[in-house]
Amino acid sequence: MRPLLPGLVVGLLFGGGLALSDMINPSRVLGFLDVAGNWDPTLAYVMAAALVPSALGYWASRRMQRPLLGSDFRIPQNRAVEPKLLAGAAIFGIGWGLVGFCPGPAIASLGFGMLEPWLFVMAMLAGMLLHRFYQDSTVRRRRSAGS
Amino acid sequence: MLEPLSPLSAIAGGLLIGTAAALFLLLSGRIAGVSGLAATVARIADEGPPWLQAASFVIALPLGALIVSATLRTPNIQVTSSVPLLIAAGLLVGFGTRLGSGCTSGHGVCGMARLSPRSIAATATFMLLGIATVFVVRHLLGGFK
Repeated sequence: MRPLLPGLVVGLLFGGGLALSDMINPSRVLGFLDVAGNWDPTLAYVMAAALVPSALGYWASRRMQRPLLGSDFRIPQNRAVEPKLLAGAAIFGIGWGLVGFCPGPAIASLGFGMLEPWLFVMAMLAGMLLHRFYQDSTVRRRRSAGS
Repeated sequence: MLEPLSPLSAIAGGLLIGTAAALFLLLSGRIAGVSGLAATVARIADEGPPWLQAASFVIALPLGALIVSATLRTPNIQVTSSVPLLIAAGLLVGFGTRLGSGCTSGHGVCGMARLSPRSIAATATFMLLGIATVFVVRHLLGGFK
């Protein structure tokens, strides 16, 4: 149970939060992104509210030797804002703005008997796989160039 | 047209999401980034938490949404996009979140909470591009399915 517990508890809370705040509804998300139309502020409330416990959790983690059910904290230490990060965020933003799904809400809405989230999630995994191939081929090119 | 959502529902939902992110960090020591966890489950990512942990999260995520929908709030999920658009958007989101090391949860909720410069830059970027995309699609192209 030990490896499963964090995932189960956290997944239930996370999915519950996405449903309660209607973030599982792509039309709601698009309403937030449509600043020139009939703007829907919901996502801003959700994000602001989510940041409070998230920041408290981070603050508490800094005072702990190790996580309660794990061996070490793995918090990204990289602080560099590099072109790759911004390009990735931009590509993600375009996809997000096209249909209103991002990974959390898309996966959270898989159980409602609709085909659309399944299509989106399958395409998302294919996109991740494409990135994997792209990354591997970049590494091979660099190696063969001897740098 | 969508009914406006009560800010109380939005705030309560946000608090749940943030609490989930905090708990994942305190229990397992990892960042609750959904794109990274999904990539771990599909064995596309090498880093990330143990597979069972990521898999239990990805299974519990829709269960949590179903439980809340059956008890607290009945959702009215409206997906207006066509199949080709859903697939194009999915490909972009999948590729972009891997190249950009995260999505709305990992950068937006977890990274911004610890004031990570990378996450603040990434969140600002995907928000701006999301807004720009909706503007172009809805207001310049007249909307497409």
